[in-house]
Amino acid sequence: MSLAALPLPWPFEREFMQLALVSGLVVGVSAPLIGTFMVHKRLSLMGDGIGHVAFAGVAAGLLAGVWPIWTALASAVVGAVTIEWLRSRGRAAGDLALAVLFYSGIAGGVVLTGLAGSLDAGTLTYLFGSILTVDRPDAVTVTVLGAVIVACVAVSWRALFSIVLDEEAARVSGLPVDALNLGLAALTAVTVVAGMRIVGVLLVAALMVLPVGAAQRFARSFGATLVLASVIGATSAIAGLVIARQWALAPGGTIVLVAAAVFAVAAIVSQVPWLARRLPRPARSPR
Amino acid sequence: MTPTATGPVVDVAGVAFEYHRSPVLDGVTFRVGPGELVALTGPNGSGKTTLLRVVLGLLPQSQGSVRLFGDPPQHVRERGRIGYVPQIRASAELLPATVRDVVTSGRLARRGWWRPAGTADRRAVDDALHLVGLDDLADRRLATLSGGQQQRAFIAKALATDPELLILDEPTTGIDAESQRRFRDTLVTAARQHDTAVLLVSHDLGAVADDLDRVVLLRHGHVVFDGPPVGLTASGVSLGVHGTDLPVWLEGLG
Repeated sequence: MSLAALPLPWPFEREFMQLALVSGLVVGVSAPLIGTFMVHKRLSLMGDGIGHVAFAGVAAGLLAGVWPIWTALASAVVGAVTIEWLRSRGRAAGDLALAVLFYSGIAGGVVLTGLAGSLDAGTLTYLFGSILTVDRPDAVTVTVLGAVIVACVAVSWRALFSIVLDEEAARVSGLPVDALNLGLAALTAVTVVAGMRIVGVLLVAALMVLPVGAAQRFARSFGATLVLASVIGATSAIAGLVIARQWALAPGGTIVLVAAAVFAVAAIVSQVPWLARRLPRPARSPR
Repeated sequence: MTPTATGPVVDVAGVAFEYHRSPVLDGVTFRVGPGELVALTGPNGSGKTTLLRVVLGLLPQSQGSVRLFGDPPQHVRERGRIGYVPQIRASAELLPATVRDVVTSGRLARRGWWRPAGTADRRAVDDALHLVGLDDLADRRLATLSGGQQQRAFIAKALATDPELLILDEPTTGIDAESQRRFRDTLVTAARQHDTAVLLVSHDLGAVADDLDRVVLLRHGHVVFDGPPVGLTASGVSLGVHGTDLPVWLEGLG
């Protein structure tokens, strides 16, 4: 049965919008799951750095005539694992390692794209996303990657929470901290690649961070934060698509702007005195 | 019969550690037996934190040996036998997590990191919360608690595995009197009633000064005193050591 036959209301009545909806929902749910851990490991910008490396992978794919998703996935995973290796061994400060990743990735991407002679609309699709041109193979790939992320987080979130809480104590308690950190870095790379066609490598990190920033102002427990961040991510994807369709805006940017607006509203609402007293807002307290 | 039934829980023998070729620890030897409440103390820079990390197996010693339950720290298979209370990190205070989240995470050492909490885990968490007096605050967010209450939450996390060895890193720094009293009761209960070996690494031993079995005093990476606190207090020494400089009472012991 064709997806186009699905009787969904406007603006999802056409197949390209239904494929966009599926892909947007998958990334909207899965990106904040990974983002919750990255934010609390003080690595909010890691997704951005990996995005730059993924762009180099896209360019390599275009040059080699290979589907760019696969080359982006390979380069992003290698980049993520490398940065985690550098960070965990104290070979480089977290921000310095990220900077090296940022600039090497984007420079490599530019050089490779130049060699391929393909700095055109196809390349921009990966830089800024193009959710409305997602085809079935893209949607299937994004869904599979999203399923991998959700399954891995479902199994490992308790251990990852323990590491975020105190990495040294997690080590003492026998958790395989190095393996879990490397796994999280690899999942971050998978998230970046899954979001690449939706919002682009330059904006995908926003979907990993903004919903988490909003959710943690309202959720009391860590598990609730994971769930609420995913709900906000998915809602931002749907609302962004609707708004973009209505006013003919760039959907990737619109999705991220909706997530930013949700974050801003959450930040303001959580400061309202009568509400703030009822929220589990982090409050510095005397020791 | 486990090695601890006849031997020490912690056995540190002739341990040396160098950092960039500068000696930090040199010939450190001490033991902690089952049910013993031992304080490892000394001024800043004396090597306490390094020694703690060597004992936990987080740093490799350059000489000597460390054994927990008769095995090198890295080879202790049942990690739930070790309860570790680190210093609270500022990042932990900002986590969106309840007290119960924190304490439940301690059970991972017993049940396996991939398994969800079961009935036995929930019961152990409730018991640990009760032991530190946080039953009523279990579902409050960690960040909304006072520093002393947060510290008790981390002690409950360590106790949730029913450990045979409890190691605490500067647990009483700046916490309120009520939490100090609770802290003292918790440690004494663990040591005296559950036969837990307790190694307390701290500047400030005032809260438990009357209950310590032994004090191990470290200075410039050497053990300069290892014995019952009366050996120190007999010479007019206070165990309520505050501040960061070498206290006057330690000067005469080098």
